[in-house]
Amino acid sequence: MLSNIDALVLARAQFGFTVAFHIIFPVFSIGLASFLAVLEGLWLATGRQVFMDLFKYWIKIFAIVFAMGVVSGLVMSYQFGTNWSVFSDKTGPVLGPLMAYEVLSAFFLEAGFLGVMLFGMRKVGPRLHFLATLAVAFGTFFSAFWILSVNSWMQTPQGYGVNAAGQFVPEDWWAIVFNPSFPYRLVHMVLAAYLTTSLVVGAVGAWHLLRDRFNIGARTMFSMAMWMAALVAPLQILAGDAHGLNTLEHQPAKVMAMEGHYESHPDGAPLILFGLPNQEAGRMDYQVSIPKLSSLILKHDLNAPLKGLDSIPRTNWPPVPVVFWSFRVMIALGMLMLLLGVVSLVARYKRRLYEWTPLHRFALAMGPAGFVAVVAGWITTEVGRQPFTVYGLLRTTESASPLSAPAVAASLTAFVVIYFAVFSMGILYILRLMAKAPQPGERGVEPGNPVRAAGITPAPSVGPGRILQPAE
Amino acid sequence: MFENVDLTVVWALIIAFAVFAYIVMDGFDLGIGILFPAFRPGPERDTAMNSVAPVWDGNETWLVLGGGGLFAVFPLAYAIIMPALYAPIIAMLLGLVFRGVAFEFRWRDPRHRALWDIAFTGGSVVATLAQGIALGALLQGIKVQGRAYAGGWWDWLSPFSVLVGIGLVCGYALLGATWLVMRTEGPLHDRARALSLRLGVATVLAIAAVSAVTPFLEGKYWQNWFAMPNVLLTTQVPLLVGIAAFFLHRTLKGGRDRWPFLISLGLFLLSFVGLGISIFPDVVPGRVTIWQAASPHSSQVFILVGASVLIPIILTYTGYAYWVFRGKVDADGYH
Repeated sequence: MLSNIDALVLARAQFGFTVAFHIIFPVFSIGLASFLAVLEGLWLATGRQVFMDLFKYWIKIFAIVFAMGVVSGLVMSYQFGTNWSVFSDKTGPVLGPLMAYEVLSAFFLEAGFLGVMLFGMRKVGPRLHFLATLAVAFGTFFSAFWILSVNSWMQTPQGYGVNAAGQFVPEDWWAIVFNPSFPYRLVHMVLAAYLTTSLVVGAVGAWHLLRDRFNIGARTMFSMAMWMAALVAPLQILAGDAHGLNTLEHQPAKVMAMEGHYESHPDGAPLILFGLPNQEAGRMDYQVSIPKLSSLILKHDLNAPLKGLDSIPRTNWPPVPVVFWSFRVMIALGMLMLLLGVVSLVARYKRRLYEWTPLHRFALAMGPAGFVAVVAGWITTEVGRQPFTVYGLLRTTESASPLSAPAVAASLTAFVVIYFAVFSMGILYILRLMAKAPQPGERGVEPGNPVRAAGITPAPSVGPGRILQPAE
Repeated sequence: MFENVDLTVVWALIIAFAVFAYIVMDGFDLGIGILFPAFRPGPERDTAMNSVAPVWDGNETWLVLGGGGLFAVFPLAYAIIMPALYAPIIAMLLGLVFRGVAFEFRWRDPRHRALWDIAFTGGSVVATLAQGIALGALLQGIKVQGRAYAGGWWDWLSPFSVLVGIGLVCGYALLGATWLVMRTEGPLHDRARALSLRLGVATVLAIAAVSAVTPFLEGKYWQNWFAMPNVLLTTQVPLLVGIAAFFLHRTLKGGRDRWPFLISLGLFLLSFVGLGISIFPDVVPGRVTIWQAASPHSSQVFILVGASVLIPIILTYTGYAYWVFRGKVDADGYH
């Protein structure tokens, strides 16, 4: 007989697994939708064919990413109810409306215009098509806005009351939507989406530059991606720092776990670079640290006191080892992204951006770094919120559905098997598309027979100034 | 704002609208998936898929609105129903995963297209069966204690729930077949017309079977249907189903392209109204009313403000997307 605790562990594993898989797709589609809008806008403004070629090159990838994001996202929208029913009952009056706004303002917008964006160029002409692309891009952004507001409220709840049934009820919607951690989280996440996408685009450009440094499409996408990385990586570090200070103010236990501070430091806390968190004993083993640096970073004062986990009850401790390591993975990758941006600026200044192969290899290696950093950051903030679902108010142990362990074990197994099978095929198809070099007269998302003359739009016949008619 | 209106009833109607929009719009998408093996590989299947490729994603979004709306406005119902229907809901979600990715993957991998066609059909059948079973399980009653589901994780399985599941498979297949009658030409069109005739019979029989059993399930269904004076109105519903079935047959035989689809939608609307008569004003039939499950007034008002602006806009651009891709489709897609 399996106990409720096992069902809880399984439910957490299932939520963590499905959300970790899901999050990489919207992060990519938020960035890619904006990139596509920029490409199409540049094409309309300049008439340069390379922008339309790149648009058609990336829209094929976008279509696959978007489909995987939609189906894995649908799972998330029902999983609150299936596995976290007590949480749903209690937070529904506050969080439900925010999610409903996400559906109404974001999901319908992106889904409604996606068909026109993918298949409608000849039907509606370039200008209306550009509007459809913009609608999809805005849709992805609104989606991030609302879902991060929901997530932030779970981290830093405010503007609520509690009714007789034990539900959180809204008292001030403005305070709920714009809760204290929301602006920081939104900026940090949207920048992460842009940075992640620029690393992928840069890696694809670098891959093709390594094979053919004169491919105009590869040069253009690599240059655009490196501008983006050089610009956004430092901004992201600043945003992350601000977000960290905000977390220190509102969720100190999470920062203690990130820093590995089991003990309080009344006169300046050290920055622990590495160490093995020992949750049982409540101390860091084998730690390598720089004295007083943590106080300098978090309080901007070498001798400022910083409390440790010993100042709060053990029952409220987040699992330090997970948070400590995922935070370090994110930070290390962030530093590498900054380095890539800086190196690309140097190469650009020396006019060797398209020739310097070590840079291309570096950019290629950094291709998946954004996804890893996003998932690591997500783990840091979500595991750091434990042992609560609504920080300080509702415990994870009191949030789950009354399901028996075998039911959850069965569904978790199904999710793991099917997600790995389906999404690894999707990722394989994306990699295959990326392996092909961008060509002049690139084809878009065109179903049907690939060797069918009528299906290929001869590139020069599609110009921004021309209203297109259906072929026949 | 909205002080004199019972917002709970307004929201019940909005969510019912979202669910119905989902049923008819994703109904024909899923129906095409169910019927996929009946079409020849090559141009027939390509055309069938192309006829819904630009709109399926928007269609599926109504399902998210149904679930999200329930969470927002009737959180207690969401919290009770989802664990009660755990297995069918998870099966539906996984079915929709296969169905959704098949739209993209089958074009990207010609060598394994047959495999993704199977995924497209398998996903569609599983999702539809699961939706029907979920509805049947909800109608036959679920155990509730306090604010939570109190039954086991196999309670959903019964002859009645399976009957509703199979009935829905027939119904969605009918929507898909009549959609193709409307949107395609040539051999595919003829095949869809022949299928529509048989599926029409199957669907009407399924409606009749489910309707015949429902009043005998526990609960107030009998009373809702047959007590005076309701009975004067409720008996109109089966009467109209009969009339619709007659005209469906006639328009299919008579070579009409659009009417069969519209009449099939009518059949679904009548079944949906019948469902409404059976369960209103409960949201968890026989257990929880819409007023017991409702979120506070301020939650209802907050979303209603947005919904009353956004839903008309959504309907407008959804209509625009359908208009852009109007007319007969062929295997070349929209290019």
